[in-house]
Amino acid sequence: MAHASPTAPGLSHARPGGWQGIAADWSSDQRAFKQVSWGKAMMWIFLLSDTFVFSCFLLAYMTVRMSTAVPWPNASEVFALEIAGTHMPLILIAIMTFVLISSSGTMAMAVNFGYRRDRRKTAILMVVTALFGAAFVGMQAFEWTKLIMEGVRPWGNPWGAPQFGSTFFMITGFHGTHVTIGVIFLLIVARKVWRGDYDREARGFFTSRKGQYEIVEITGLYWHFVDLVWVFIFAFFYLW
Amino acid sequence: MVERSLGPADIVPPFEVEDVELYHPKSWLTKYVFSQDAKIIAIQYSLTALAIGLVALVLSWLVRLQLGFPDYFTFIDATLYYQFITMHGMIMVIYLLTALFLGGFGNYLIPLMIGARDMVFPYVNMLSYWIYLLAVLVLAASFFTPGGPTGAGWTLYPPQAILAGTPGQESGIVLMLVSLILFIIGFTMGGLNYVVTVLQARARGMTLMRMPLTIWGIFTATVMALLAFPALFVGAVMMLFDKTLGTSFFMPAIVQGGEVMAYGGGSPILFQHLFWFFGHPEVYIVALPAFGIVSDLISTHARRNIFGYRMMVWAIVFIGALSFVVWAHHMYVSGMNPSFGFFFAVTTLIIAVPTAIKVYNWVLTLWRGDIHLTTPMLFALGFIVTFVSGGLTGLFLGNAVVDVPLSDTMFVVAHFHMVMGVAPILVIFGAIYHWYPKMTGRMLGETMGKVHFWTTFLGTYAIFFPMHYLGLLGVPRRYHELGVTSFIPDSAHTLNAFISIAAFIVGAAQILFLFNLVWSWFRGRPAGGNPWRATTLEWQTPETPPAHGNWGKELPVVYRWAYDYSVPGAKLDFVPQNQPTLSGG
Repeated sequence: MAHASPTAPGLSHARPGGWQGIAADWSSDQRAFKQVSWGKAMMWIFLLSDTFVFSCFLLAYMTVRMSTAVPWPNASEVFALEIAGTHMPLILIAIMTFVLISSSGTMAMAVNFGYRRDRRKTAILMVVTALFGAAFVGMQAFEWTKLIMEGVRPWGNPWGAPQFGSTFFMITGFHGTHVTIGVIFLLIVARKVWRGDYDREARGFFTSRKGQYEIVEITGLYWHFVDLVWVFIFAFFYLW
Repeated sequence: MVERSLGPADIVPPFEVEDVELYHPKSWLTKYVFSQDAKIIAIQYSLTALAIGLVALVLSWLVRLQLGFPDYFTFIDATLYYQFITMHGMIMVIYLLTALFLGGFGNYLIPLMIGARDMVFPYVNMLSYWIYLLAVLVLAASFFTPGGPTGAGWTLYPPQAILAGTPGQESGIVLMLVSLILFIIGFTMGGLNYVVTVLQARARGMTLMRMPLTIWGIFTATVMALLAFPALFVGAVMMLFDKTLGTSFFMPAIVQGGEVMAYGGGSPILFQHLFWFFGHPEVYIVALPAFGIVSDLISTHARRNIFGYRMMVWAIVFIGALSFVVWAHHMYVSGMNPSFGFFFAVTTLIIAVPTAIKVYNWVLTLWRGDIHLTTPMLFALGFIVTFVSGGLTGLFLGNAVVDVPLSDTMFVVAHFHMVMGVAPILVIFGAIYHWYPKMTGRMLGETMGKVHFWTTFLGTYAIFFPMHYLGLLGVPRRYHELGVTSFIPDSAHTLNAFISIAAFIVGAAQILFLFNLVWSWFRGRPAGGNPWRATTLEWQTPETPPAHGNWGKELPVVYRWAYDYSVPGAKLDFVPQNQPTLSGG
């Protein structure tokens, strides 16, 4: 017997559920995650690695906040705005957070319409997501400008520990870079959706692989991750 | 394993994924330079790593010139000496060992050994190499900047790394940090590829527990690298800001030359934690691929199945997981809370258990095996011996109380050179002698190989064994000159001279190896497809060297594990993984 003939697809493929199913998948051949494409697996693993990057940033921030001998500035006062004569602590950050979390909603809808192959709605929702993202980065730029005008620098600030400015610029800058990259990718993918690249499986310029609507979901994974990271930054840097 | 007819369990499952569409190069440039073929990328990675490794080798000679004959080579002043040891260490650990094991062997062997056509994302894989090359060039550029490369020691501890008085603080340290950041970005691109390829792109029949241990080692090491490098990335970014923007992440209040500096309130220990959270897994990022490769070399050249395959796999995974909770054993004398020492000493010593399992299993694989003393086998055996002697001194250093007096002595230098310098390098050589025939279609010269092995193996013992003794005497590491002290006898200086001479001889043997690489490329004995009569898939390719896409029209189907050597009842003393029955029908 030279070659065992392959079984027909789906013949012996009723896999058990729960933990037994996971064990069965991991002890099988070809793929450990049966329903997961290469692109999605890669994004998940990248996000795991990126989680470690942000965790290290946040832990480093907490460490220097403990090691510095000078009092830490009061974040809710630093990030307060005077709007129409009212003093509102953290108002800009609250709006930014609201905008970013809303963008997660539009992203989720884009993914949904992507799988329905609704070209128009998918593209529009992705552009809306990108606009939310751009608005977030814009408000961040405003916040940076305001703090810089008030004399906050990476090496010092008028209110206390110099590490306040260092960690602020470093962490929000690194997160803002992530958002910006996300906006760029959203626009690129939205353009391809709009042109119908994924309906006719047009080949990528660099990779020469066939394009698929799944890329919308992969972009979405990244986008949700960036939002989630913001929640932690918000909690640990602004609220603490 | 006994011959039996194929039952339902042996029926090969259907394809779950469509065959990959490969990028077909359109010109010479996209075929050999900007190639998306993992095999070409692997060779690019390997040659770049060997080239920069050669620089590190020359640096080690210069270091030994100074240590062995402190009065004769006056051009090596303290500044140059610190720059030499720093660059030697950093290049060897990151730019040579990590890049060669994961970027080189990982790229070459993963697709071939698991029966894939290529990595899952060839374009990203190509970018990975070019960013790595950029990182190497930035690093090399620091030799030519004002002030020269950094001399902060390969651990780059702040505050000294960025303060006046440390060589290379003008620009060398900046280039070093930028280069590390680039390396990590490039590596992440490659690393994602290796992990996803192993998890999601195996051949039909290739279950995880049928993978050769080489792949298990590289896979686990890559997962670890993806989780450990972020800490170094963050540390490098923060130190870069401390240096260029004047932040004080790692900088306490400092008075230098009677002047109070602008720094204050930072935590130098924080850098050490970040560095070693990366640095300790890094040891195993280098060691685990070596463990895996050596298992395959021993099994193939002893014509015997690996002893305790499952145990070997779990030991690799267990060591990988444990190595994330031992990092502070590098910091016993750093001034951290002493009670941490207890925890980290315990976790460190627990690692000895899976490691010992592996060593026993290698030895038991050899037991009553049909040992062929080929060059790769010699290097594999050399590894076991070196690894055991290097590992045993780890037991001394892992214990907090024993470590304190030994810390920062030559004993430490001897320990880590034996266990993570020489031992993995021996495996790299063994692996090159083993897989060179697949990469080029020609055997590496056997006589030259044996001369290379014996000089390197005996020579490295001559270098590093006496260092243990020097360390016990109290000879400190990182000293430019020992001078005259009461606790260092004259004989220690003689011993240092002896070590240096041994180092020059070992270094010269590596030139012979490089000559062998080039010579055999043109003049080596033609190898055929499977010169070692090995079972794993890379030896079963239709062409040697394997063509673009590896397998021709038909993807391989795997029917057995990777270690069917000397199976009773089989026609040959090896049964390839893609052979359905023992008789080869």
